Amino acid sequence: MGTSKANTALLHTGFDAKPGTLEARLVRRGYELLSAYAPQAGIPIAAIGALLVAWDDEQLAAFPRIVAGARANGYDTIRELDVDELYRREPQLGPGARGALEVPDEGIVCPFTTPLAYATEAVLNGCELHRDTRVTGVERRGDGGFDVQTTGETFATRYLVNAAGLRSDELNRLVGHDDFTVTPRRGELIVFDKLSRPLLRHIVLAVPTGTTKGVLVSPTVFGNLILGPTAEDIERKDDTSSTAAGLAYLRREGERILPELLRHEVTAVYVGLRAATEHTDYQITIHAPEGYACVGGIRSTGLTASLGIAEHVRTELEAAGLELRPKPEPVSVSMPNIGELSPRPYEQGGRVVCFCERVTLAEIEAVLRSPIPPVDLDGLRRRTRVLMGRCQGFYCGAHVARLLQERPR
Amino acid sequence: MSRVVIIGGGPAGLACAIELRRQGVSEVVVLDREQQAGGIPRHCGHQGFGLRDLRRALSGPAYARRYVELADEAGVVVRPEAMVTGWSGEALEVTSPEGREALTASAIVLATGCRERPRAARLVPGSRPEGVFTTGLLQQLAQQELPIGRRALIVGAEHVSFSALLTLVHAGVDVVGMVTPYRRHQSLPFAGTAAALRYRTPLSTRTEVAAIHGRGRVEEVDLLELDTGRARQVACDTVVFTGDWIPDHELAVQGGIELDPGTRGPRIDAAHRTAHPGVFAAGNVVQGAEPADVAALAGKHTAAAVALWLRKGDWPARVHVSCLAPLTWISPNAVADDSPPVRRRMLLRAAAFLDRPRIEIRQDGRTLWSGTLRKVVPGRSASLPWEWTRAVDPKGGPIEVSAH
Repeated sequence: MGTSKANTALLHTGFDAKPGTLEARLVRRGYELLSAYAPQAGIPIAAIGALLVAWDDEQLAAFPRIVAGARANGYDTIRELDVDELYRREPQLGPGARGALEVPDEGIVCPFTTPLAYATEAVLNGCELHRDTRVTGVERRGDGGFDVQTTGETFATRYLVNAAGLRSDELNRLVGHDDFTVTPRRGELIVFDKLSRPLLRHIVLAVPTGTTKGVLVSPTVFGNLILGPTAEDIERKDDTSSTAAGLAYLRREGERILPELLRHEVTAVYVGLRAATEHTDYQITIHAPEGYACVGGIRSTGLTASLGIAEHVRTELEAAGLELRPKPEPVSVSMPNIGELSPRPYEQGGRVVCFCERVTLAEIEAVLRSPIPPVDLDGLRRRTRVLMGRCQGFYCGAHVARLLQERPR
Repeated sequence: MSRVVIIGGGPAGLACAIELRRQGVSEVVVLDREQQAGGIPRHCGHQGFGLRDLRRALSGPAYARRYVELADEAGVVVRPEAMVTGWSGEALEVTSPEGREALTASAIVLATGCRERPRAARLVPGSRPEGVFTTGLLQQLAQQELPIGRRALIVGAEHVSFSALLTLVHAGVDVVGMVTPYRRHQSLPFAGTAAALRYRTPLSTRTEVAAIHGRGRVEEVDLLELDTGRARQVACDTVVFTGDWIPDHELAVQGGIELDPGTRGPRIDAAHRTAHPGVFAAGNVVQGAEPADVAALAGKHTAAAVALWLRKGDWPARVHVSCLAPLTWISPNAVADDSPPVRRRMLLRAAAFLDRPRIEIRQDGRTLWSGTLRKVVPGRSASLPWEWTRAVDPKGGPIEVSAH
């Protein structure tokens, strides 16, 4: 799932993207494609709408610029709300809001099921997925194409797509290009107890500054509220540590935006690393003669844009000579629903193993037999929601560990 | 027809159910979401359960089994794997392998217990490796002989923390230390010495966990010495967060039952009535956490008021009791009539060690009781007399408890 698993899990309209960029175009296209794909693939998704709230005059003064940007991106549905209307919509919001922009089509989406659905569909349709396999070197073949050396076998290929996320710059260099560097930008998020969910109806966004979109509060598809993210450029691409300073900052922001939120228990803290580069746009380059597509520098909008990006890369590679024939009978996927937006399996009855997240034994067993089964507790968590709730395994942790240990291999 | 539904089949729920049957209630149903009823003691291998209620010393699992047997003998319907997944304040929505049903009752007793705050709820920064447990999880892993780790750090130094120490030692895990932000541990006087001498486990007071590090598995913990500001690192692969209990109150909230801001459990009077007529709460859902036998006695005590409700249908008005810092809670936390609470005492907790605190209980400027306690230890209940509740003006304002 890469860094997407720790995404803020927003479905972006792209209203605030920089007009004219590839990102603006692909987020918009990705939004359309994912909105259509998600319901049929069983990906929890909902366009619950966002309110971008101004807390002072300077932020209020930014509204015309934001509206103009949205229009330039082809998004006309954005509109201004006055303060009364804002507090009618979100009565729990902290005092001092000056006004808001409503973005009715912004939404939330499951950051686990989305990449997993893609992977599952790929595997079911004949793709070989090699997990725990790191690329160690790339050599160009005399007849065109590449030998891709890995910690496993070496793969000979005519075409190579670099979708290596945080490491896309390193792979890009292995292929012989050096046009961007990924500097991971850390984003810490706090997940609040489900009892906090009734506090908020919309996603509450901040007015963006130069470096960050600011701290947001949003419902999740699992029925929690999240607060975050921070934005901090760091050195290491594997440093998904939260920090005392980051969590304190988020709590201060939360206290200001939604004071009641801080009275609720914290269920989890997680950290995502955005694949930021020195450029403002995605780093998607198709090297047609080589048969190499670099799909790097995809930041947090990538979850929304993913299908748009895929379509773009496919089209470009076809133009570069890649011959694709549609499969006569493609297998479609229907992922188990782990969201609260549609009925969950326990609602039909069953042996509930994880009480906090209401995960049944049948769901866990099905996932352990799925095309891409989990290999550890984290994998099982993200496929079923076990252990992700308020007790963090106090009740069912041992039961779940035993089910994983005794799984069929 | 009088059906009483008890949610939670731990010591409090089962003891309440048994007593209700003894008092002639025709249908008593205990719903337990676990595979087996019996509650938390099922996982506690050490001895010492049952002293106050059964007048004998049993291991946790034997104690839990005994209560399930007594419930069966008393004609209680105990339903494991039955989870209440919804409650509008009226019918209970029950999810079980048989499907889903709506269950109505003349009285409902919440006995859902409590849990320890896990690492995330305590906002301990760092990475998120495996090997971070609560005592509850640790004891289940040990009991099922699942892998735990090699070197463990215990966070907290209250009763349950020493219980975690025993579990780790018996499982062959090297315990590198215990840390507590307080100046001393909160358990019985000999516990610290015993830990140091017998298990060579150093206790670091005025110390807290600043961060947890490790990829895949815990590798190192950053400790912060609160008085000096000095940081140090401990190498370990396991961290056990102990104590810091919170009532499992989610169902109560869903049912619209008023909580006490101090205990975060349902606000109850001495008879364990909540604010909602026909709904009672007993055991550690009321306040986290008392020992199992105290929870069982509370369950038994609650049965009397349940039976009275079934006969008469009265639900008295009540006056709230709240605590001022550094006191954190008092239980019961409402006064409705002049009946005594369970074990004829009220329980008082504080967030700090208090030596010979003078406690004052006042209503509308009038002192109802004042007196000096020997000491109050955080995480442990001090006993207060209850007789002052007879002097409460039932039409008066809220009652405040303060320490000086």
